[in-house]
Amino acid sequence: MSLVTPLNRVLGLGSAKGGVEHWWVQRVTAAALVLLGLWFACSIASLDDFAHATVVEWIREPATSVLLILTALTASYHSYLGVQVVLEDYVHEPGTKVVLLALSTFVHVAIAIASVFAVLRIALAVAP
Amino acid sequence: MAKFRLPRNSQIKPGKDHGGPEGPSVRTFEIYRYDPASGENPRVDKYRVDMNDCGPMVLDALIKIKNEIDPTLTFRRSCREGICGSCAMNIDGANGLACLKPVSEIKSATVKIYPLPHMPVVKDLVPDLTQFYAQYASIEPWLKTKTPPPPDRERLQSKEDQERINTPSACILCACCSSACPSYWWNQDRYLGPAALLQAYRWLVDSRDEATGERLDMLEDPFRLYRCHTILNCTKDCPKNLNPGKAIAEIKKMMLERQH
Repeated sequence: MSLVTPLNRVLGLGSAKGGVEHWWVQRVTAAALVLLGLWFACSIASLDDFAHATVVEWIREPATSVLLILTALTASYHSYLGVQVVLEDYVHEPGTKVVLLALSTFVHVAIAIASVFAVLRIALAVAP
Repeated sequence: MAKFRLPRNSQIKPGKDHGGPEGPSVRTFEIYRYDPASGENPRVDKYRVDMNDCGPMVLDALIKIKNEIDPTLTFRRSCREGICGSCAMNIDGANGLACLKPVSEIKSATVKIYPLPHMPVVKDLVPDLTQFYAQYASIEPWLKTKTPPPPDRERLQSKEDQERINTPSACILCACCSSACPSYWWNQDRYLGPAALLQAYRWLVDSRDEATGERLDMLEDPFRLYRCHTILNCTKDCPKNLNPGKAIAEIKKMMLERQH
């Protein structure tokens, strides 16, 4: 039996003085993804066909490359923030939680860098 | 991980059928029964009540069952008119006050009554609200000022300013909203819950209160405030038709306002 008072338990370690930035950036990236998603869908739909050469040509256009990199970075960041909230909601063992949060960070950074690298590799390649 | 299944000793077993009258005006009540002192699992007992011989509300039926069929049935009630918040329970799958819920509105074949979800049960339909009240205490629900009161009169407030606190002040702390919130289910040790946050909002927008900054400091936390994911079960279930979801959104807006 714990003799800690209920109020003491509620006050816990006090306020973390944070959360505003996380909440705001999650909403801003969501709004950005609506616009970027619309561009992506319209742009893909306007292609003549989905042959390898056509798509590569599309990615090589400077505007497409920039917007694709923007989409990949925004989506990765938004997903990173979202997965963090899910883990904090449902994982309660402190050790497991810290490990999963770190893993999620690694995975999201890796996905973001791999996406940027893929676009740059196509965009900056010297035409054969 | 979050526990999605009840532990073995909390799984609900079928209980006793207390029988009773038959007929078109008879409603069957399935009521959650649990006595921690007995060491037995919770069970669901069945009672039949002739609604022609009973008041219209769920609370009337519960009182009739306790008086005439089974005096061991335990529940809280006091004012029987929706102002004390004692008879908050889960009726037909939604939280509400038994005294304000007409039995005729329940279209299911049986009337299922459980205690407020995800709260420790003291006995039958009585939940333990210790933590809930401590969360209310933690937001310091009283007027805090540095300016001394005028010597000859009370602290004045304009009519418009008074109207801002009118609605959130109507909260009766019945816990229907907090115990309906999935975020509160998973993290009630750290998330304050819609009821406490609605009251925090009530003091944040009080024109006489001079502790707005400190109140926001206390709430600025990924768990205390930001576990709200705008699921809005709180607003849907509030028996006083208040809007804790909107109050929480307003607090988040205040947090942003002082950042930018």
